[in-house]
Amino acid sequence: MNELRTTTNGAGAKHAPETVIRVRGLVVGFGDQVVVDDVDLDVYRGEVLGFVGGSGQGKTVLMRTILGLLDKRAGSIELFGKNRDSLPEEERHWLEQRWGVLFQNGALFSSQTVKQNIQMPMRENRDVSHRFMDELAMLKLELVGLPADAADKLPSELSGGMVKRAALARALSLDPELLFLDEPTSGLDPIGAAEFDELIATLQKTLGLTVFMVTHDLDSLYSICDRVAAIADGKVIAAGAMETMLASDHPWLHAYFHGVRGRRLTGALSQRKDETWKPAPVTR
Amino acid sequence: MATDQIENSPKVSYQRRGDTAQFALSGDWTLIASSLVEDQAAVIVSEGRGAARAVIDVHDVARLDTAGAWLINRSRDELAHAGVDVAVEGARPEHNLLLEEAHFRRFAPPARRKGNALVDMFAELGRLVVTGFRDLHAGMGFLGEFVADVGRIFVRPWRFRGVSLVFHIERFGFHGVPIIALINVLVGGIVAQQGIFQLRRFGASSYAVDLIGILILRELGVLLTSIMLAGRSGSAITAELGSMKMREEIDALRVMGLSPIEVLVAPRVLALMVALPLLTVIADMMALFGGLLVSWVYEGISPAAFLGLLQRAIGRNTFYVGLIKAPFMAFVIGLIGAMEGLATEGSAESLGRHVTASVVKSIFMVIVLDGFFAIFFAAIDY
Repeated sequence: MNELRTTTNGAGAKHAPETVIRVRGLVVGFGDQVVVDDVDLDVYRGEVLGFVGGSGQGKTVLMRTILGLLDKRAGSIELFGKNRDSLPEEERHWLEQRWGVLFQNGALFSSQTVKQNIQMPMRENRDVSHRFMDELAMLKLELVGLPADAADKLPSELSGGMVKRAALARALSLDPELLFLDEPTSGLDPIGAAEFDELIATLQKTLGLTVFMVTHDLDSLYSICDRVAAIADGKVIAAGAMETMLASDHPWLHAYFHGVRGRRLTGALSQRKDETWKPAPVTR
Repeated sequence: MATDQIENSPKVSYQRRGDTAQFALSGDWTLIASSLVEDQAAVIVSEGRGAARAVIDVHDVARLDTAGAWLINRSRDELAHAGVDVAVEGARPEHNLLLEEAHFRRFAPPARRKGNALVDMFAELGRLVVTGFRDLHAGMGFLGEFVADVGRIFVRPWRFRGVSLVFHIERFGFHGVPIIALINVLVGGIVAQQGIFQLRRFGASSYAVDLIGILILRELGVLLTSIMLAGRSGSAITAELGSMKMREEIDALRVMGLSPIEVLVAPRVLALMVALPLLTVIADMMALFGGLLVSWVYEGISPAAFLGLLQRAIGRNTFYVGLIKAPFMAFVIGLIGAMEGLATEGSAESLGRHVTASVVKSIFMVIVLDGFFAIFFAAIDY
């Protein structure tokens, strides 16, 4: 893990890391219900942030608010150092092209082929030749590990894992700096999920991406995340490296990381004789 | 369009030293520069052609993404094919990774299916005909299944879902009253207005009442109500059953040993068969009322006179002809709606497709059935 962090942070490690997403005092709610309550969160350039939390605790709501799909009640969201609320329309449009989003179920346009899906952002926002768009689409397809003949298929003809990959290719269409992933491994079998994790890690390194990943998957957290933030009852209860998470004694975090599934993985982790890892305090 | 967003546009500076072409790349080689990057890459290719050696120095490139890396690699490949000895030099480590990842490769063009347009057209026509017959076949199968399951209900009447039946009668019938009443008043009025205007030329405008009475009671009342019900309730049945099918609720019923036809389809179809005749009676009355109003306003036929003329024009059988058709129409609408709903596959698009198909097919069948009834009643002289 340490190894991974030094390589991914590479350039940024020398000086203070640049904050790509800065959330301050964010409040989001529906009706009487407050889903996200006074949340602060930072995401630094070049890192993979895993965002965890139980179902219905506001993970996806927070992500959708950062993306501008939901309205906030209070607080500020800065992306690349710019507050979106105060940006003029035109600049906001440009800001939104610096990120790519992988939705939970892919959200591929069902009436278009995979290639057309990948080309959609380029066709709408860039002025490039047809040939170049074709080549770029095929390149992206190859980057995400899809066979070339998938290009002319419709999303309905793809398997679950292929849909995720195609959607990732579309998210990468404009070469974004920031990638949002909403439960990227959900609905994939363990082998597919591991492969997808690896794919994200590889792409993150080669393309120098910053990744904000909402997930449930403990394996993903262990294998590719540099930092983890946890949300419970609308508040960020902890944020930091995996070790901090494991050491935390917040009941939810404890149950999450030291539950049956979590223990199995921490067991695997301790066998790797990672020096920085300390066993979690025994609370019972 | 994209160009005003780039502070650092991609540039190529070119030098020729003997037979070596030197290219120094600078600026942002990213997709945001759109056609600018492509143009700059084209410069490399056009200038480098003819040289024996070319060196592409990427050391001063400020930012690079896969698009830029691809173009650099593509230019390199094109020059190499033109017989130039090309080298890419000075790449920074992070750029090196990208240049490697986006190395040039030729993508096979998608296989185009060859075919004759005329042959394709006939093939499509043939497919349509075959699907049509398959639909009919499947419909017959479903009808059989339905009849068998309803027959089972007759053997064990306590299994019948009375509450569900009443609930659906309320939904399909009672809640449909306002819209059915409204369109029938309007149509009755329109028929009366046209009848009066056209017959006035022959001095026979009082026969408009005969026209209204017979046309509405025999045909229009039941037909309009059926079409409305196909759009309103037939589609609702398809959507409900379709979404239940999508969420595996139908399968859940099956594995519990329950028949979805008995539990879901029978109450809905029977409710339609009760609701449609009731709605038809309302529709007939409202359409006659509309006709009465218009005749009064346009032709000065008083309500009393209208009723007198109407009584002379129609018999009890005129009313029954319309009414007899109603349960059959309802049966067809319900059956098609249920069949399309149960044929839904896993996706939302499929649900949408089946709802549309359900409405189109049931309206079509209602009209065809009405035609058969017209022939039948003419033959038995009723």
